[in-house]
Amino acid sequence: MTVAAAINGALRPVPPAVVYVLGVLPALWLVMLLFAGGLGVDPVRRLEQDLGLYALQFLIAGLCITPLRRLTGINLIRFRRAVGLIAFGYAALHVAVWVALDLQFRWAEIGAALVKRPYIVAGAAAFLMLVPLAWTSTDSAMRRMGAAAWRRLHLLVYPAALAAAVHYVWLVKRWPIEPILYLAAVAALVGLRVLWRARRPA
Amino acid sequence: MRHPRKTDPTWADVTPKPLWLNRRALIAGAAALAAAGPAAARLPKGRFSTDEAPNSWDDITSYNNFYEFGLDKGDPKRNAQRLTTDPWSIVIDGLVDRPGTYDLADVLKDQPLEERIYRFRCVEAWSMVIPWVGFELQGLLNRVGVQPGAKYVAFETLLRPDEMPGVARRVLDWPYREGLRLDEAMHPLTILATGLYSEPMPKQNGAPIRLVVPWKYGFKSIKSIIRITLTETQPFTSWNDAAPREYGFYSNVNPEVSHPRWSQASERRIGDGLFGRRRDTLMFNGYGDEVAGLYAGMDLRANY
Ligand code: HEM
Repeated sequence: MTVAAAINGALRPVPPAVVYVLGVLPALWLVMLLFAGGLGVDPVRRLEQDLGLYALQFLIAGLCITPLRRLTGINLIRFRRAVGLIAFGYAALHVAVWVALDLQFRWAEIGAALVKRPYIVAGAAAFLMLVPLAWTSTDSAMRRMGAAAWRRLHLLVYPAALAAAVHYVWLVKRWPIEPILYLAAVAALVGLRVLWRARRPA
Repeated sequence: MRHPRKTDPTWADVTPKPLWLNRRALIAGAAALAAAGPAAARLPKGRFSTDEAPNSWDDITSYNNFYEFGLDKGDPKRNAQRLTTDPWSIVIDGLVDRPGTYDLADVLKDQPLEERIYRFRCVEAWSMVIPWVGFELQGLLNRVGVQPGAKYVAFETLLRPDEMPGVARRVLDWPYREGLRLDEAMHPLTILATGLYSEPMPKQNGAPIRLVVPWKYGFKSIKSIIRITLTETQPFTSWNDAAPREYGFYSNVNPEVSHPRWSQASERRIGDGLFGRRRDTLMFNGYGDEVAGLYAGMDLRANY
């Protein structure tokens, strides 16, 4: 426990605001690339992909916080809300790019995609599950709902992450390795969670 | 490499036409460019060329699907440069009068090269406008003599693992193969291209010689061809084999028939930037006047 204790001690004075600042850096990086012409010949797609990937990565990072504490004793719970909200922010930007820059408000095509395209349905399901989590992320919302109901609602993050990873696997043309690794990671985290819940005395 | 601009004289402007037919001279021509001034023998702008502004050299050569060199669209430019394209020969066999292994110079012999500025529509719903340099495939087929029984033309891409890092993974059943119905292959829109922007074909775009079929999704336009076979039966085609529900043998550009996972109704033109307007996709990629007749009476929903 000594390493974990040292890390926890070192992190104690760090305010969660630091996480927000770090979380915004990838977005700033994209903005910088945008103005430097560094997004390649198809900047729309590059933005869309990178934002989606950041969303999934922060989502997975958030899911790692509890296992990390249980397995190593390193406690990052204080930062979890920030990580989750950053994930939501990137997901929202990702969807916004899709609607505004990719499909450009062609509502007929957007509507058709949302009902007919399995990978879009999966992405939309993920996003819809993240919305109430972001909505109830404040202390006052938690108080209003009560801890038990709040915790139950926030279990939605697991199916949301699964849906997002499936969305990724589903949209690629063949079977590149990255989306499969992301899906495997999410599945492992969900598996751990289920396992630990099952073991917990009633 | 300096990127050619439309107004620059290129080697095509300065190289006497007979030299075009010899690939070594073609490379020498590029070197001689610095010395020479603009001269005669500009490539004729072929019929069927669109008036739309072509994409930049950068767009066309840095955004490629050529899975033999990797899955990312930037991979071909990074990884294809060590591909050996000289010497190069094409096996022409099957139902032809004069089968054999043809050296590239021999393939090009007497074929009139011209510039064809075509729209190019990828199955992934993006598009470009590309100034190809090439000649009509029918010229070559007529030269080798198509036998009466032939109904299809099969094409095969080079498979050379030590120069193609992407084939280590069996993304597709290598070598990459494509095919056309004989009447599609004989259509004057169908060309074998050996260059673009009056430069020799860049490796990431399918050097030294590739097919271009502008009314079909891009993956039909097979790159770096080493074999052309005339067959009686419909040949194996790689994407159809990999996902038959998603990629049919015909794969004509058709805004009304969606890919199972995404719509084909509209497309984004590469190079239009962050706020470029999305365009409606045109039936047969806008070449319907020329090719719709090939499919008269066919159900294009069933034959996607
Ligand atoms: C309505 C909801 C959503 C829509 C319409 C949507 C749409 C898309 C589209 C069109 C792409 C493909 C871009 C391309 O390669 O051309 C994509 C990729 C992706 N999306 Fe989404 N998405 C949604 C929600 C989400 C959510 C909530 C997440 C994650 C939390 C997510 C993560 C990803 C990832 C990781 C990729 C792949 C990026 C890559 O290829 O590197 N998406 N999404």
